[in-house]
Amino acid sequence: MRKTLLLTTLLLLSIFSIKAQDDLLDILNNEQAPETNYALATFKGARLINGHTIVTRKAKELEFIISHRFGRINTGIDEFFGLDGANVRFSLEYGITNDLTGGIGRNSFEKVYDGFLKYALLKQSTGKVNMPISVTAFSSVAIRTLDDPTFQADDFNSKVSYTHQLLLARKFSEKFSFQFAPTYVHRNKVLGNQENDIIALGIGGRMKLNTRLALNAEYYYRLTSEIDPTYKDSIGIGLEIETGGHVFHLNLANSRSMVERGFITETDGNFFKGDIHFGFNISRVF
Amino acid sequence: MKTRNILIGMLLLVTFAMQSQDRFLTRTGHIKFYSEAPMENIEANNHKVLSIVDLSKGQVAVDLLIKAFEFEKKLMQEHFNENYMESEKFPKSTFKGTFTVPEALKSMTDGSYELDVKGDLTIHGVTKPIETKSTLTLKGGKLSGSLLFNVNVKEFDIKIPNVVVKNIAETVEVTANFDYEVYK
Repeated sequence: MRKTLLLTTLLLLSIFSIKAQDDLLDILNNEQAPETNYALATFKGARLINGHTIVTRKAKELEFIISHRFGRINTGIDEFFGLDGANVRFSLEYGITNDLTGGIGRNSFEKVYDGFLKYALLKQSTGKVNMPISVTAFSSVAIRTLDDPTFQADDFNSKVSYTHQLLLARKFSEKFSFQFAPTYVHRNKVLGNQENDIIALGIGGRMKLNTRLALNAEYYYRLTSEIDPTYKDSIGIGLEIETGGHVFHLNLANSRSMVERGFITETDGNFFKGDIHFGFNISRVF
Repeated sequence: MKTRNILIGMLLLVTFAMQSQDRFLTRTGHIKFYSEAPMENIEANNHKVLSIVDLSKGQVAVDLLIKAFEFEKKLMQEHFNENYMESEKFPKSTFKGTFTVPEALKSMTDGSYELDVKGDLTIHGVTKPIETKSTLTLKGGKLSGSLLFNVNVKEFDIKIPNVVVKNIAETVEVTANFDYEVYK
């Protein structure tokens, strides 16, 4: 009799437990396999201001970027606040795989050709795979084709420079992403009071204002013992507007060049004295 | 005493049978949506849709992750998740509905059954009642289902800015196909 009672209780319990699982959506919720949830759009563009972000193009995507940097705002009305003098950079960037992007560009300032490769090593994610940051490695070569009159012998070799960066970024919230970019720039030839090798620490961030607008900022701090006081750290802030396949950047920065060697090691404007260049980037992905 | 044991045994069996035969589940359901607009047609597929059908009660449920929708263009996929569906905030979309079970389906007779499904659809954190036709097909103990309905993007509080109004349709066609297996 006792056994029967026990059995009946058990039976009742088991029926009960079935009842508890009665909501079909609850069952489905329990059946959901764990997924890796990658952080979306840590940055919207492959550039923050002048420097690269961790973003790579996806396989077979082609991006065309047109960038302009005008003259200094503090040149006043005579130069129409810098708008009279513009330099342009065109670039084509292609997703070889989802993680590897290659690009070529041409900057009218100093007539520089550049090429780069960029590889996404780690991607920030939660869920099945937990990864706190995204990491992308970046390397570029730039060749200046305009002769530099300050060099006595300006052969091909002296026109070449290399940049290597490790881009580390984290999307902290829906609205805020931050990037840290240790950078190494090697210039084959420099003047006597300058350094061939420069290490710089880049920091940058993106603050989303709404679904279409964001505020970007970037700063490259140079760890250098260069005696030449001409060059300053690159500072830039910008507004990012995103519409479908286009990303627009409206920037204010103290750098004229859009190539790594140029803006990281040879920025000559004093941001706080108004040596600010207005500029924009227009990106279109095909 | 013996009679009671037999009775309990039978009850147990019945419960068992109820559980093992009436519920059907899939983890690899397919949902496709299609947007037809003057500038471009957009299609996205999700092959990881969860769905369950209870034939004894006439209930159906669907559960999917928005991020599992795949687009041909990855940038489009990013925009879909970030700007339109806000999938960090609303990672899931669900449907829970009821239907009247035809007698023949109740007794597990092979065949194709057209059903009127009524229920609540949740997209982008907004829940709306919908009614749609669905077909359930039972063949050799296997159940498959399909349904088609239209989703008005605005009703689910999904904003489409004017600049892309010619790229994204106001009403998106959703088709679902599920091959269920017996859920134990």
